[in-house]
This record gives sequence, structure tokens and C-alpha cells, in this order.
Amino acid sequence: MRRLIVTLPTSWMAVFLVLPLAIVLAVAFAEATASVPPFALGFNLGNFATLVADGFYLGTFARSFVVAGVSSALCLVIGYPMALAITRAPQAWRGAFLTLVILPFWTGFLLRLTAWIGLLREDGWINTVLGLFGLGPAEMMYTQGAMYVGIAYCYLPFMILPLYARLSARDVALEEAAADLGAGPWRVFWRITWPLSLPGVVAGSLLVFVPAMGEFVIPELLGGPAAETLGRVLWGEFFANRDWPMASALAVAMLLVLMLPVGIWQWKQGGER
Amino acid sequence: MSRRALLGLLLPGYAFLYLPIALMVVFSFNDSKLVTAWSGFSVRWYIALWNNGPLMEATWLSLRIAALSATMATVLGTAAGFALAHGGPFRGRGAFAAVLSIPLVVPEVIFGLALLLLFVAGQALIGLPIERGFTTITLAHATFAFAYVAVLVQARLADAGTDLEEAAADLGAPPSVVFARITLPLMAPALVSGWLLAFTLSLDDLVVASFTGGPGATTLPMRLFSAARLGVTPEFYALATVVLAIVALALAGAWLARRVAVARESAVE
Repeated sequence: MRRLIVTLPTSWMAVFLVLPLAIVLAVAFAEATASVPPFALGFNLGNFATLVADGFYLGTFARSFVVAGVSSALCLVIGYPMALAITRAPQAWRGAFLTLVILPFWTGFLLRLTAWIGLLREDGWINTVLGLFGLGPAEMMYTQGAMYVGIAYCYLPFMILPLYARLSARDVALEEAAADLGAGPWRVFWRITWPLSLPGVVAGSLLVFVPAMGEFVIPELLGGPAAETLGRVLWGEFFANRDWPMASALAVAMLLVLMLPVGIWQWKQGGER
Repeated sequence: MSRRALLGLLLPGYAFLYLPIALMVVFSFNDSKLVTAWSGFSVRWYIALWNNGPLMEATWLSLRIAALSATMATVLGTAAGFALAHGGPFRGRGAFAAVLSIPLVVPEVIFGLALLLLFVAGQALIGLPIERGFTTITLAHATFAFAYVAVLVQARLADAGTDLEEAAADLGAPPSVVFARITLPLMAPALVSGWLLAFTLSLDDLVVASFTGGPGATTLPMRLFSAARLGVTPEFYALATVVLAIVALALAGAWLARRVAVARESAVE
């Protein structure tokens, strides 16, 4: 029994997680051909050479880093006050407040994005309201701003939950002591609350940053052609160009770039224990 | 914190989260064909939704994939979470935990690509009769969801500790009885929330299903995505309202069930 409990998930992970990633690595070194499947295995460094030499791919990496960074910062700015306020709400309400944060998550990701399309369109709700004041119409769909709003909207719970977990575990007595000793509210926040919440800030930022790097749907629906992120480029290489080796090389490069911050964070976490 | 300051911090955030949803609900009852201009109350979009054959078919397919993959993910995730929390030290525990976290940290485009290549390789190299569609999407969803279930089960078991199981074993219960009478009831809340999470993740997934699916299997998110590219219609908002109503009912039901359980417990005491 005990053996089965370990063997079952282990073999599943070997077949459906480790083996597929190994195949991605192998295909990244393959050559694209016009056959079925559209590649011939080999040891071809051409895909990686293109990734490094072609400004388009380097630009995409840089752009995706900016997109992921700005998205994390946005979620932090919106989510931090909310998480902090929930920890200070009356005990009986906290569960309800948290449920309200997670509830939109259950209404379907694509349906929530269509709500934003309704808000941002040229004849959308925001422009209708602007029109009442004789303003607009503002051009909002298919812009960077639309994409950021969409990402912040969809990823906000992933920021708030770890922040809340960290903030609700803090010792409020420290803040009270600082205030008793004459520190103003801002000083208390920056010297006590913020440093205590830092692990939550890092965890939440990573939970937003990593998926935002590979995000495909939101830039595709809201961002317009200029929001060419890694997720979209990989999707395009695979579905439009049918260049599976290039898509795999992009995946490998992306994993290397992403695993670096995650690895450093986990290593530091391990060091603290 | 004063009540005013509290509201001042919370209201803007919740307005951001709920204003788009409220607008969807209101405009799902709009008579106009234009998505955003109000012209009168009507339920025509709900009727249109009901009569939209391809969308209903996609919904049914997605529900079946979600139910089956969530069940598989719960079985696998329970085993993995149990192995990590109460399985004692076993060889390769660190690697086990690291591999298990792959679905949590790898972007979905990469995960989808990797699983598609696995299915293609299985077909081309070993000659497995793999038709891309229902089966491959279900396998892919079970794989990424089971990591989430494992996290929930592991957290629950770590909280509960091993005292009860040890006591039962000391009193002579064989391992199968300990598992059925102690461990399983301890894990039950995590199993329920894990299954629900896995179900939701599957129902919501576009990217992995697009990679691993085939021409014969169009899931609900795939259908919605291609429709949203052409233009949003009020049918979307009708569908969103229906989903919201189901979720709200389920939440209310769970809340009531908990109230009843609490009342019964205090009656016993």
C-alpha cells in the first residue's frame, strides 16, 4: 500500500512531466522539415543561434520581462492595501472578504476578459460614459494599457492570497509598540509592516510574474499587434509557422530564464530555514 | 483601523473586481444586438444561448473533461500529498517534490507544447493509437491539476499531524482501517476543495487544450476564444451570468451546510 502511494504519482510524473520536457529539449535541437511530425531529430544548434542573433527574439524576451514586471507591480499596488485592510477587518468578516477576492476566479477567465472588451471598446461602456460629459471616445482596446488592466484583473487573487497569508501571521504588538514609542503611521508601516510582509510580496510577485511571462490569451485579445509577448510568439511559431523546433527552443530558453529567479528564491528560502 | 479607512482601502479594489461582472450581468438582459447600448429588458440572449448548438456541445465536452480529469487529479494528488506529508522519508523525496511543482511554475504554453510533443512521439515512435481529443486533453488536465491537489492535501495533513494515526495503530487498528477511519476523514475537506479546484482549472483552460486537443474536440474556452476574436455578443454575458449564478448557489449551499454542521455540533455539546 505504502509503496503504491509513492509509485503511482511517481510514474505518472515520469511519463507526463519529465518525459515531455525531455522531448521538448530534444526537439529544440531538431531540424524543421515538411513531414509529419514536422521535424527531424538531430543536433542542430541553429534554433538557439537564431534566438541569440535575431533581434526579434531578444526584443520579445526583453518586452516580456517588462510586461511581467509591470504586471507584478500593478497587482502589488492594487493588492497590498486590500490584503492589509482584510487583516484589519473584524474577524467575522475576513472569510467573506477573501471569498469575494477569489469569487471572480470561478466565473471563467475568458468571460471576464469579454467584460473588459465591453468596457474598453470604441463604443464600449467607458466611452459611453465619457460621451455623456462630451469627452472621448478614447482609444483603449488593443493597447498596452488594455493588456495590463486585463492581466492585473485576472492575476490579482494570486497576489492577494500570499500577501494576506503573510500579513495575517504578523505580530500586531510590534506595530503597537512602535506607535507607542512615537513612530507615525508611515514610519510604522515602512519600518515594521512592510519588512515583515516581504516574503509574501516576493511569493505573490513570482505567482504573477511567471505566468505573465508566458501569457498568451490576454495580450492576444486585448493587447493588439504590438504586445508581442513570449507566449504569443511561441504560439505563432507552433500554430501559424508550424516550426515545432523553434517553438521548443523558445520554450527551453524561457524555462532557463524563468527558473533562475525561482531557483534563487527557493534557495534563499531553504537557507533561512 | 477605523471603519472609514478600512472601506477606503477595500472599496476601490472590490469595485475594480466587480464592476465588470456587474455590467455583464446587467447587459445580459439587454434587448439590443449592440453589446453596450441599453434598449430594454429581454431574455432573448438566454434563449439564443440555449439554442446555440455548437456552444452547448462544447460546454458538455468541457464538463465531461473537467469531471473526469478532476477525479483523476484527486486520486493522484491525494497519493502524492500523502506521500509527502505522511509517507515518511523515501528515496528521491526532494526530486519528487521538485517535479511535482513543475505544473505550478511552468507557463502553460510550455506545458501544452511539451504534452503535445509527448502524444505525437507516442504515436510516431511507438505507434500508440493516440487520437488527439477528449483523451489527450483529459490526461493533460489531470497532470497539471494533480499538483494543485497535492499541495492542498499535503497542507491539510501537515496541519493535522500524525498523532491520531499513531494512536489508532497503537490500539491495534491495521493500516487499512487507520487509513479508512482516520486519514481519509482528515483529508476529506482538502479532497473536496482539491476536486473543485481541479474542475475549475480544467473548465477554464484554453492554452493546454488547444495544444493537446484535435480538430474533433473543441472545448468551451476554445469556442469562446475564437468567438471573442470575431466580436463579443450579448450571449457571452448571458453565459457569464449563468456561470455566476451556479457558483453563487454552490457557495450559498456550502455556507448553509457548514451552518447546519456547526449547529449540530453545538447541540451535541
